[in-house]
Amino acid sequence: MNLRGVSAIYKFEMSRTFRTIGQSLASPILSTILYFIVFGSAIGSRITDVDGVSYGAFIVPGLIMLTVLSQSISNASFGIYFPRFSGTIYEMLSAPLSFVEMVLGYVGAAATKSMMIGLIVLATAGFFVDLEIKHPIWMLFFLTTTCITFSLLGFIIGIWADGFEKLQLIPLLVITPLTFLGGSFYSISMLPDIWQKISLLNPVVYLVSGFRWSFYESSDVSLGVSVTMILVFLSLCIGIIAWIFKTGYRLKN
Amino acid sequence: MDFAISVKNLSKKYDNGFQALDGVNLDVKKGEIFALLGPNGAGKTTLISTICGIVQPSSGHVEVLGHDNQSQYRKARSHIGLVPQELTTDAFETVLNTVSFSRELFGKAKNAAYIEDLLKKLSLWDKKDTQIRMLSGGMKRRVLIAKALSHEPDILFLDEPTAGVDVELRKSMWEQVRQLQETGVTVILTTHYLEEAEEMADRIGVIRKGKVILTESKKTLMEKLGKKELVLDLYKPLMTLPDDLKNLDITIVTDGMQLVFTYDPLKEDNGVVSLLEKLKEYGVKCKDFNTRQSSLEDIFVELVGESS
Repeated sequence: MNLRGVSAIYKFEMSRTFRTIGQSLASPILSTILYFIVFGSAIGSRITDVDGVSYGAFIVPGLIMLTVLSQSISNASFGIYFPRFSGTIYEMLSAPLSFVEMVLGYVGAAATKSMMIGLIVLATAGFFVDLEIKHPIWMLFFLTTTCITFSLLGFIIGIWADGFEKLQLIPLLVITPLTFLGGSFYSISMLPDIWQKISLLNPVVYLVSGFRWSFYESSDVSLGVSVTMILVFLSLCIGIIAWIFKTGYRLKN
Repeated sequence: MDFAISVKNLSKKYDNGFQALDGVNLDVKKGEIFALLGPNGAGKTTLISTICGIVQPSSGHVEVLGHDNQSQYRKARSHIGLVPQELTTDAFETVLNTVSFSRELFGKAKNAAYIEDLLKKLSLWDKKDTQIRMLSGGMKRRVLIAKALSHEPDILFLDEPTAGVDVELRKSMWEQVRQLQETGVTVILTTHYLEEAEEMADRIGVIRKGKVILTESKKTLMEKLGKKELVLDLYKPLMTLPDDLKNLDITIVTDGMQLVFTYDPLKEDNGVVSLLEKLKEYGVKCKDFNTRQSSLEDIFVELVGESS
């Protein structure tokens, strides 16, 4: 195992993050504050408690997920797309480095960054509402697996994309709607029956539900189902990446 | 003998149907400077990329110092340093960081003294803390060379190393390549500057339409195909050749004021003396003469032309 190679990529990606630390943090913090002003104070003050949790506190897990999903995807997809675009990928491909090691470096760094941002959003939310985390270990489990899974997805997008537009396409057209409709700002049980059923097709529902359970023990689907689903997504992403590397798709052709 | 690089029946067809390599066989000896010569689009870069693991071959095998570049890719790749044709760099990194990064990427332990020495040799030490985007083209090229040498490879690939580099810098690069060879590094360069191949290479391979059509030591190549020309300046114009001389390879140029005789300098009886004697017999007087050897360029044009 070329651990030095992995750490070189990881450090390179992290230093890219820290070089633009201001932008990296400012935007998620600002949007969290905006969400709190709009949903928490303006609208939230007219909404009653959800499952015994004040609306402001109720939306915190969903807000963190929203940020973490988009950050994971954009960090990882940009991280691998940019060297492909600029051509510096030649060095990775010619180095004595397995694909698994490449993924560890890139996805590890992207997941670390979104994890950091997720925790910062959590801390920011703490200024607005009283937070209570009933199951911190489960909270970290959900946060970490989500960061890793969606960084893997971002990595796949970064390899698939052949232009900067395509990098934005899936986050904008798929992930954002799924997150907004995935119960980030409401409980699925508030919806009419038919929409509750349709919502169960949305993978983000399981992430948000499980994550919210770790805070307040209230959830739309059972903990077991949430854990199973997130592990299914994780395996799916790993499977796709294994295929990409086996065939050299978009990398070696 | 053991080869640095051994390529067997290597083919590459791209997804768009372009056959970039078509059954290439090539052996590069340890410690030599090998020049891969060919027109644009001949497959030079694809060949290098396939050897280095950047492009997946459609069929065939590559061994790097005896290691298969697919099944033993770690060993194979760790011996290779690659300087790509394009100036692809991480624009916002500093010179020192990017070179140290390359060394780590290849799994080598840090060695500040080696990197310092390397950067000094390439006249980059003064710029070690400068962001790459601030450097000139020639300096960027040297940064890429430093990156390729950062992990102390045994084989260095230089893909068009002097494209767009001024004459002075080119000469100094040649010098550096020679110094590398002295330390035992095998160097494989692609070029379409024939001057470069002629100046640098021990052996030359000519690639055309994805096939290596010839590999030969430079000396043999020049001897084999190199012809000499004898140019005679005449006192009086000569419009037609005497019948005796018509079977020789002679052309009359500059309105009969010059005769050009092409001959093989390696032949025992190359015909020069008998030509001069015959001209004397016919009373054709010469005021001056000179000979010239055909260059690699002539040879190359001939080769590429022949197989088209």
